[in-house]
Amino acid sequence: MSSLTEKDKPIVQLLLNTGTCPRCIFRFCRVGSQTLYRHPYKDLMQDLTEFLKNNQQQEDAAGFGIVDPPCKRIRLEHTEEVPDDLNQNGVLKHVPLVNDDSAAVENSTVEVCNVCLGILQEFCEADFVKRVCEKVKSADYQFTSFVFSVSLPPQLSVRERAAWLLVKQEMGKLGLSLAKDDIVQLKEAYKWIIHPQLSEELGVPADGKSLFEVSVVFAHPETDEECRFLATACPDCFKPAKNKQSVFTRMAVMKALEKIKEEDFLKHFPCPPCSPKNLCVALEIQCNNGAVFVAGRYNKYSRNLPQTPWIIDGERKLESSVEELISEHLMAEFKADSFNFSSSGREDVDVRTLGNGRPFAIELVNPRRIHFTAEEMKELQQTINNSSDKIRVRDLQLVTREAIGRMKEGEEEKTKTYSALVWTDKAIQKEDIAFLDDIKELKLDQKTPLRVLHRRPLAVRCRIIHTMKSEYIDEHHFRLHLKTQAGTYIKEFVHGDFGRTKPNIGSLLNRTADILELDVESVDVDWPPALDN
Amino acid sequence: MAAGRAGGGGAARYFTRWYKPDVKGRPCEDFCVLQHSNRICVITLAEAHPLLQNGKTIKSINYQISPNCSRLQNKVSGKSKRGAQFLTELAPLCRISSTDGEEYTIYSCIRGRLIEVNENILSNPAILQEKPSTEGYIAVVLPKFEESKSITQGLLTQEEYEEVLLKRHNNSA
Repeated sequence: MSSLTEKDKPIVQLLLNTGTCPRCIFRFCRVGSQTLYRHPYKDLMQDLTEFLKNNQQQEDAAGFGIVDPPCKRIRLEHTEEVPDDLNQNGVLKHVPLVNDDSAAVENSTVEVCNVCLGILQEFCEADFVKRVCEKVKSADYQFTSFVFSVSLPPQLSVRERAAWLLVKQEMGKLGLSLAKDDIVQLKEAYKWIIHPQLSEELGVPADGKSLFEVSVVFAHPETDEECRFLATACPDCFKPAKNKQSVFTRMAVMKALEKIKEEDFLKHFPCPPCSPKNLCVALEIQCNNGAVFVAGRYNKYSRNLPQTPWIIDGERKLESSVEELISEHLMAEFKADSFNFSSSGREDVDVRTLGNGRPFAIELVNPRRIHFTAEEMKELQQTINNSSDKIRVRDLQLVTREAIGRMKEGEEEKTKTYSALVWTDKAIQKEDIAFLDDIKELKLDQKTPLRVLHRRPLAVRCRIIHTMKSEYIDEHHFRLHLKTQAGTYIKEFVHGDFGRTKPNIGSLLNRTADILELDVESVDVDWPPALDN
Repeated sequence: MAAGRAGGGGAARYFTRWYKPDVKGRPCEDFCVLQHSNRICVITLAEAHPLLQNGKTIKSINYQISPNCSRLQNKVSGKSKRGAQFLTELAPLCRISSTDGEEYTIYSCIRGRLIEVNENILSNPAILQEKPSTEGYIAVVLPKFEESKSITQGLLTQEEYEEVLLKRHNNSA
């Protein structure tokens, strides 16, 4: 039903008498017309009073289309004060119906609603909307839509339950029923009213899927203790508090309300709920943008640069890192709170990454700016490249969260090619290493290298060296190019790691071999898409 | 990547050498513990050990050090190497017999978890003598994190060991 009818009068009178605001009254009367809720508060108050005074004469009270002709002449008076002798034996307080024609009393100050504690009153007003929008504007975010999320104090669910029980009982007297699901949810009604206002003020639509979130946390300290009785009634719903946070979370309170029996509830909680002195307060108004992902490929030209910061016991062992050199500029441009760097594999501090570079992705958390044209991304790429000769980035672009999965696939599955400078103890001639070029699909058994064994489990991994190409330099040196399966330890393949990688260059050449230099020539992952850099 | 080759090449580059001479009072039964900067230790025979002298041939290597304990049955799992046999300084790792009837016990020299013993020397004892400091290693031990610095207290540095060797040489001269 979209509007109030004659049948609703007793409920409307009851709720109005017990201190419930017009919009909450609509909710319990299952009014589904969003526009009705949006009418100004004063008008609604007036219209309700009119509605109640209305008699046989089919007056069309503003906004309410009264469909059913009244069958009885019911005139009710809005009593000024709710008697507060709360009957603790589970019987609803009896509200006297007085047949009196005296005019409805209009309160000059608005009573705080005993069900919504002011959410559907004060917090639907232009002032609050302005306050929220000012906060949003001053936070200086770039956004094209918004989602407005609201956190309500848990005692609202308790009061809602009490109000429902009150209405249910009253309707029962009239032979009607009211299921909990029939009632319009408070949050839903609130959004009906406030979304259009926010949308108008911010100039963008409300969209449930928006990445830009404006969130408000409401609290009502005056009634914080109201949930306490639930802990004694349903102790297993409430887990011990972590870090001083309240045990009475919304979830826990809702669960307890599901479990508790009606009689028990009424024993411990006043029905109807009592009128509070104060409104809720809006504790925090916060803005948050969904994360943005920037991908690219990086080259590393330094043999003295770790991929991620190298800090032991609070002391930085080596200056800077690939991650920091790239993200520093991204953080500044996107104005993000923080970042998460990930890449398709990684290389040691002393290994260069050449060729097309290694794919990486950076998640920028809560960025203020989210829109960048391809031109701007190119400029950003240039800025990064100009800032350091130790690294270089290419194919810098915005990608989606899902795209990251492709990068991680590459880490496990794709091949890599390397170039190693090898030293041998005993002299070699060109002929001695030529045979390496003919070895295809060489199977290695690599035990976890000693240099990482302190933090990795002991295991044997089988890896394949697909092809090799040697370049003779002199009697003790040659360059070896290899194409290997992902996850192959190259250094250990060259020096043998105490014989724990078999075969190894030393065993193949029947000498002791060492690796002097290693470069990554290519990471064979075709992601992110190449741009014409 | 430095081309420093102290101690035989790439695999051993980042290791510091520590020594324990005359273990259990047995003359010249010296061991060398290679300690990596990540605190992993490799137990090896020092050059002066009788097994590495000319003329010695290894007959057998036995990792069964007692009826209940075989180092070959050591199984570790996970990053923290759970299930590892715990070793004290004088815990035997293996016993090696030579063809001339002598038997030598190889000791751990440090406290820690036994990560692995070198099974390659079982199939090819010759590498123990040819490359004692690399492929011929005896075992890999991981000391407790808290003890990683103190384990070297009972051991000699390269310099101190060389003095010991010098003294031996002078005494026998």
